[in-house]
Amino acid sequence: MQNAILEKIDQAHSKPSVPQLEPGDQIRVHVRIKEGEKERIQIFEGILLARNNSGIRETITVRKVSFGQGVERIFPLHSPIVAKIDVVKRNRVRRAKLYYLRKLKGKAARLKERARR
Amino acid sequence: MREHDAMAPGILGKKIGMTQFFDEDGHVVPVTVLQAGPCAVIQRKTAGKDGYEAIQVGLVDFLREKLVNKPARGHFAKAGVEPMRFLREFRLEDGSSDWKPGDRILAEQFRPAERVDVIGVSKGKGFQGVVKRHNFRGGRATHGSMFHRAPGSIGQSAYPSKVFKGQRLPGRMGGKRVTVRGLEIVEVRPDDNMILVRGAVPGARGGFVAIRRAR
Repeated sequence: MQNAILEKIDQAHSKPSVPQLEPGDQIRVHVRIKEGEKERIQIFEGILLARNNSGIRETITVRKVSFGQGVERIFPLHSPIVAKIDVVKRNRVRRAKLYYLRKLKGKAARLKERARR
Repeated sequence: MREHDAMAPGILGKKIGMTQFFDEDGHVVPVTVLQAGPCAVIQRKTAGKDGYEAIQVGLVDFLREKLVNKPARGHFAKAGVEPMRFLREFRLEDGSSDWKPGDRILAEQFRPAERVDVIGVSKGKGFQGVVKRHNFRGGRATHGSMFHRAPGSIGQSAYPSKVFKGQRLPGRMGGKRVTVRGLEIVEVRPDDNMILVRGAVPGARGGFVAIRRAR
């Protein structure tokens, strides 16, 4: 974003901290779910395929394979729906968008864990 | 210049741009950020003298001296305010309040959840055809169609033998005064002189707008 005033306003509405996320990370997204009156947390665990947009508009695409069926969810990073994000594993990948994983399954869809620095 | 505590009928501002927030339920709220004020009252128009009740308001903004001609300088001097570029009038309900030249109008005189009308000049689109300008449907693109984006018939021959006034035809589009009514104020940031309204507002970023309390 180019405008300093807009940036300041966005910052006031953004989450104070979002963990450092990179494509290829195995992450657990804690999702707030409202059922009538009650609110509970559901965990969506998968591979971070892509980060899109920037600033307060930023979203992440997370993919997992559930009972043999690929499932992807897109989360707005700064939405209050996303309660928390844990990084389970960081994998070594060579591109920013991992859409190629959609075509792969089983063994071919594995990623190698990144060596610790 | 004193601050006025009666309900300001409106304030002038500048469109800064758009962004978005989330509400508590995680819904996205699109907002337009408007720099609102500070404004100063320049003239009080009265029913007796001018035929209607209104205040003339200016947006306080830096203006080089040579841009202000002598008549304008006199007008501002009379109100005891510095010269301004953007002036508008707001009507007052008859007999309401005692606005005087020199009174200030600030963003903080507006509150979240209030409704406002925003008046601006829409972006100029240049000379446009009838499809873009008047939402005509146009013809088929393929399958031998020879009628694409033309306006079609604009009237009959023997009678009336003329084109009626108001016939929608190609021409200049945009660059006109547009009022968006009933926008909700989402947030007010008095320190920055900012008012954030829900939804879009006419004009380009940096364009002047008048923000009027919705009736």
